Amino acid sequence: MDIYATLIAILESSIRLCIPLVFACLAGLWSEKSGVVDIGLEGKMLVAAFASAAAAGATNSAFIGLGAGIIAAVTFALIHGFAAISQRGNQIVSGVAINMLAAGLTALVGNAWYAQGGRTTPLEGNARFLPLTWPGAEVIDQIPLIGPIYAHLISGHSILAYCALAATVASAFVLRHTRFGLRIRAVGENPAAVDTAGVSVTRLRYTAVIIAGVLCGFAGSYLSLGQAAGFLTNMTAGKGFIALAALIFAKWRAWPAMWTCFLFGLLDAVAIRLQGVSVPGIGQIPVQAIQALPYLMTVILLAGFIGKAIPPKASGLPYVKER
Amino acid sequence: MPAIALTGIDKRFGEVRANSNVNLTVASGSVHGIVGENGAGKSTLMSILYGFYEADRGTIHIHGNEVRIRSPKEAIAVGIGMVHQHFMLVDPLSVIDNVMLGAEGGALLSKGEQHIRAALAKLGHDYGLDIDPDAIVGELPVGLQQRVEILKALVRGADILILDEPTAVLTPDEAEQLFALLRTLASQGKTVILITHKLHEIMAVTDHVSVMRRGEMVATLETAQTSPAQLADQMVGRHVLLDVSKGPAKLGPVRLSVDHLVIKDSHASLRVKDVSFDIRAGEILGLAGVAGNGQKELLEALAGIITPTLGRILLEGEDLSLVAPTPAERRVHGLLHIPEDRQRMGLVSAFSAAESMILGYQTDAEFGTGPLLSSSAIEAHTTKEMDLYDIRPRDASLKTAKFSGGNQQKIVLAREIEHHPKVLIVGQPTRGVDVGAIEFIHKRLIALRDAGVAILLVSVELDEIMSLSDRIIVMCGGVITGERTPETTNDRDLGLLMAGVTERAG
Repeated sequence: MDIYATLIAILESSIRLCIPLVFACLAGLWSEKSGVVDIGLEGKMLVAAFASAAAAGATNSAFIGLGAGIIAAVTFALIHGFAAISQRGNQIVSGVAINMLAAGLTALVGNAWYAQGGRTTPLEGNARFLPLTWPGAEVIDQIPLIGPIYAHLISGHSILAYCALAATVASAFVLRHTRFGLRIRAVGENPAAVDTAGVSVTRLRYTAVIIAGVLCGFAGSYLSLGQAAGFLTNMTAGKGFIALAALIFAKWRAWPAMWTCFLFGLLDAVAIRLQGVSVPGIGQIPVQAIQALPYLMTVILLAGFIGKAIPPKASGLPYVKER
Repeated sequence: MPAIALTGIDKRFGEVRANSNVNLTVASGSVHGIVGENGAGKSTLMSILYGFYEADRGTIHIHGNEVRIRSPKEAIAVGIGMVHQHFMLVDPLSVIDNVMLGAEGGALLSKGEQHIRAALAKLGHDYGLDIDPDAIVGELPVGLQQRVEILKALVRGADILILDEPTAVLTPDEAEQLFALLRTLASQGKTVILITHKLHEIMAVTDHVSVMRRGEMVATLETAQTSPAQLADQMVGRHVLLDVSKGPAKLGPVRLSVDHLVIKDSHASLRVKDVSFDIRAGEILGLAGVAGNGQKELLEALAGIITPTLGRILLEGEDLSLVAPTPAERRVHGLLHIPEDRQRMGLVSAFSAAESMILGYQTDAEFGTGPLLSSSAIEAHTTKEMDLYDIRPRDASLKTAKFSGGNQQKIVLAREIEHHPKVLIVGQPTRGVDVGAIEFIHKRLIALRDAGVAILLVSVELDEIMSLSDRIIVMCGGVITGERTPETTNDRDLGLLMAGVTERAG
């Protein structure tokens, strides 16, 4: 029973850890499906986390914080869109610039406003997204086996966690079953086909990039208002890049993207769990080695286990009409 | 009333005048061919009609109404559909998704899908255009992919259908089927425009034919009243004969042998079909043909850029695929290549003239020691060559792009000729080159021949072929349709061979 409780605890923590990855990975999905490579996920999440923490702190409302996070991330997404779509710039360079700008700007402004070494004021109460307890969770928790699943895996997460699931459902449906989704899938493969069919490539790609911005806004808000109680310097810690790795692993599909992010969340949860644990025959594993585990697994999974992952054919290529 | 009337269409791309003052009238319910060499402006004109580009000047009337077509969407709205040379298809998507794209009929796909499915079934029935709507487009053979393109246009209600080089990727059988379809479409009142540079296709399927040359519409004829020879004349155009004085050839041993060469391109379509010829030391072999009949592929195979599917290329009896498979190794063996397209393959336009002058020879001992290049040695070499070839301006550090076309061509020519070729392969040596430079280039080539070099000259300019060559072979559709000497042939005879007509003309 103790093992079962541990398992439930690990899964519960996996869900919490995978939420920002799911949002970021879906953001990458939309952007890359439309043909815009987005390595600026990290930066967009970071500005969103900062803006959310700042706005939530000022207004004592997590939802206003979320709105501010979305606005900040969409602004950065539009900068990337302008460089990549309108100016036909190099999308990698633009993405790197977004990341550097976000890292520098959040640290600088954070220090200037709050003078706490880049942190924002700690948030509490309404300024945070706290776990929601579903009806009867405490009672049902007592039922063996099934009870903890309801109480800890289904109930007990912040509203943003349920939003992540909804975003996955919506992304999968829209991409597969709607006119807009068909056009997005087509424009990332062969923009000329979309153009000659009489549909604007530019407008499609901007829309996709804005959707990516909104999703990054959710991801960032979750980091500073859900997972933590405020903004910390560089609190994204490479999650944007892990999300990109997950996107490749999922071969640019929404549901696999969610499950891959859950897998990465699981690795993270296991790593946390293993800290300070003595492994028979090896002894206590250094904390640093444990912390490196998810990243190491990312490399191994990407290198060996995904088989052939073919990105959308036109992703990363600016669309120029042929002569 | 004509289906299409274009009046005074002008279109520039920077310095290039792709279309100048083009007029075109296409009768409703007819198949109208547009012929011209690559770069004659056919595709640009059709892109204007399809709203891909907007003309700088001129008017478009569709069924008598003046229209402005600023986007493909507007072209579709006035009933124009286009089948592009490079298919505008999304490979990983199904046939139905491709047909539906841009004409989904609602925010959700399910309803539009039913509608399109029914439309495809009806078109399949009416025109024999059967296709599996759920097949993945990328997995279909090219003939069926083209069918998807045609269906895309028809589903959108096009009554004017433009096909840009539609047979380039088709087998002869598939091409026959396509032509039958085009006739059916025309007989049911649709208007078809067929762009091609293959004259036999024009003769086989069109009612009228318009000829374009260098951005201008030079003639519109009734197909029944014309002949391939006449069209070839119109396409190539007549120029002032440049007088090249040359003595009789002093023939040496065979330098280069091409033995049953077969080349397939990346789409697996046959570009060169069983071509054999020899070139001897001290002779210029001219290779004539309308552009796009396999000359480019043949040239690239000889230079080592592409690998032939079958057959051998022998340099002084040695099989080059064994002793020197790459262009660099062929250079070492004395087979040098002046590419057709100097901008793309012959030069790096962002490099200085001096750097362009040593491209491919940068490891020569003359230009440096070990991994280091000696810029003074390179500049000295370049200055010397610039004097010899009269390349202007005489500035070795000037960017290659700043030189005129003729001077750029001289840089390539100087670079290759001064490396003592045994065999020189020259593609379009005077394309885009001013008259003065043409004369100079011709003289250099003659001098080289007199020095005992074997030269293969590929050109679409008949005059150039006639005045420089000692022997002439003609290619059409990837095969050699005939061999002549300049003394025993004329433009008309060559024109017929270029059109694939092999009976000797009088």
